[in-house]
Amino acid sequence: MSGSNGRRWRSASKGSGKRAPGSLLTRPWEPLWQLFHRLRPARWSAYVRDHWIGKPLVTAVPMAWLVLFFMVPFIIVFGISFSQSVLAIPPYEELWGWTDDKVLQLRLHLANYNYLFTDTLYVSSYLYSVKVAAVSTFFCLLLGYPMAYGIARASTTRRNIYLMLIILPFWTSFLLRVYAWIGLLKSNGVINNILVWLGVIHEPITMMQTDFAVYIGIVYSYLPFMILPLYSNLEKHDRTLLEAAADLGSRPWKAFMRITLPLSMPGIVAGSLLVFIPAVGEYVIPSLLGRTDQLMIGRVLSDEFFENRDWPVASAVAIAMLILLVVPIMIFQRYQNRELAHK
Amino acid sequence: MIAVRGRHVIVALAGVLLAACGGAKQGSAPAGNSLGKATHAAVPGLTDAEQVLNVYNWSDYISPDVVPAFEKEYGIKVNYDVFDSNAVLQTKLLAGQTGYDVVVPSANFMALQIKAGVFQKLDKSRIPNLKNVDPDIARRFEPLDPGMQYAVNYFWGTSGVGYNVDKIRAALPDAPVDSFRMFYDPAVIKHFKSCGVSVLDEPEEIINTVFVYLGLPANSEKPEDLAAAEKVLMAMRPYVRYVNSSKYIEDLANGEICLALGWSGDVGQAGLRAREAKNGNNVKYLIPKEGAVMFFDMLAVPADAVHPNNAHLFINYLMKADVSAKNSSAVHFASSNAAAYPLIDPVVLNDRGIFPGPEAKEHLVANLPRSQPYMRLLTRMWTRFKSGR
Repeated sequence: MSGSNGRRWRSASKGSGKRAPGSLLTRPWEPLWQLFHRLRPARWSAYVRDHWIGKPLVTAVPMAWLVLFFMVPFIIVFGISFSQSVLAIPPYEELWGWTDDKVLQLRLHLANYNYLFTDTLYVSSYLYSVKVAAVSTFFCLLLGYPMAYGIARASTTRRNIYLMLIILPFWTSFLLRVYAWIGLLKSNGVINNILVWLGVIHEPITMMQTDFAVYIGIVYSYLPFMILPLYSNLEKHDRTLLEAAADLGSRPWKAFMRITLPLSMPGIVAGSLLVFIPAVGEYVIPSLLGRTDQLMIGRVLSDEFFENRDWPVASAVAIAMLILLVVPIMIFQRYQNRELAHK
Repeated sequence: MIAVRGRHVIVALAGVLLAACGGAKQGSAPAGNSLGKATHAAVPGLTDAEQVLNVYNWSDYISPDVVPAFEKEYGIKVNYDVFDSNAVLQTKLLAGQTGYDVVVPSANFMALQIKAGVFQKLDKSRIPNLKNVDPDIARRFEPLDPGMQYAVNYFWGTSGVGYNVDKIRAALPDAPVDSFRMFYDPAVIKHFKSCGVSVLDEPEEIINTVFVYLGLPANSEKPEDLAAAEKVLMAMRPYVRYVNSSKYIEDLANGEICLALGWSGDVGQAGLRAREAKNGNNVKYLIPKEGAVMFFDMLAVPADAVHPNNAHLFINYLMKADVSAKNSSAVHFASSNAAAYPLIDPVVLNDRGIFPGPEAKEHLVANLPRSQPYMRLLTRMWTRFKSGR
């Protein structure tokens, strides 16, 4: 707002010197406008603009989004996690209720959370999910970093083509792309058939329903989420820093380790979180490609919800997962921010 | 819990995602109408003001030309949507406001859903084709809907031995293919590990097959019976490639697996696909001699259905002898429509895996709903089984 006002103010004052007669007729507000701007205590208005109007206005949309699509569902799920399953529509007990003598009653069942620790299933599934997500994130980084680096260093035309190629798979349904991996990985699938035909192997290798298949699926699906933030970071690097390092006799790999890698830390953190967080709760990929003898927490949650018809325990699993996952990540990120701020 | 009559896991997952949205509306029907319409008693021959019907059925569970023929005959636009697991359907129904007018739960699930108040009573005067129902089949599902007030049987089937004849013969020449020993005797199943074994992901049904194998009473809720069944399941687990209710149709058809504890019609469809693909896989289904578990899929109308009159018309249409015969011939599941029997494709009608003879029928047991505390124990055991721990 201030920008446009300022521009208008400047252009108006510039124009006033050589203004043609009669322009007052076409722009009758001009003198008033100038008067207003002269009288205006500029600092005060800028303060109002920045702190009372601008900032809240800009943050209102994402805030409303978060409240509507994160806070409200979270509170509902949090509420259900203290309820009890019943055979009705919906299949859980209302938390609030009026007793016969018109007293408002609030019933909270803590048993659902307690229950998560009575069976090792939940803890082991959670740990397995974290492991799968961590390994997948590592391989995403290993593959994604050189790709992002290459794109950032490519010429502008090539860069656009590469970015297109990264984004292009999103035009096909995610489900179909994962399903296609079944055709590649299964015992009489494309990969095994080619290997057998080439004589590399004699018996098909079992790849489906293994950790390997899950890693392939997750790395394949989430790689763009690693590449894009890394690319946007690497692209901004000042190349003269590397030139200076070379002039001072540093070998390229040392310059990379000392300059590029530390500078790209925010990109690495952003990419890793974007891969790690959704991978922990991943449901589709492990159900299509994964082992049946070790469940990921997303599958455990859906079993509680669909098979067990127990929305309260499903909600408790969801909340526990959120707390166990999000809190460490928030602490890590705060620590990371502080580290970066110090540098 | 009788899951997939279909080939695509994608359908299952899409169903899961949709169901996760809770009361997401299906079809175009405005929800506002629902209360007013639902309270109307359905009048014979009457259709709803809006010429629309929203159907939610199992995937690959109808002859492709039946819905267009119904649309043409009655001028009603049918929005036909599919699912592949009772749990998905149940989750949607219990969330309420599904927007569907006709749904197809299995009878043991339907019994609980009736108690939860999910369905409306059918107006039988509007379903004259009910007279076609085979009383010998009806008496078996009647206990789940006493007086048959809420639902009409669509198809029924069994879970048993689906196998690739040549691969099983190669793995174990004298394999007892007509027995549950194929799965539950480790000395037998170990021979099939390398060619691939699958088991339905249906705890209530599979535990009944173990009870049948052990000679224990079906639907037992005794903890010692559960423990005995768990022991049997755990002993077979190392030889099972996966526990899933949809993948095995395709995998049996293309030879990816050689043995499936699966549903009669699904295995029939797998055999049909293998013949169509001419890939040399000879897939067969047998009802084990120990007996088998019988399931019934029921046509029912949700209490908040927006087009209950059209729903009655559709159910009556599906109960017509020629329509029921056409569907049964296409999907390889058994119709309980006595008038349809003579019209069914002889290949299907004479398949003793689909339409067992009177003697085999006496060995069939039905799934009954279990209590909630028992379901907890069962699901826990089932997760241990699936995770092999």
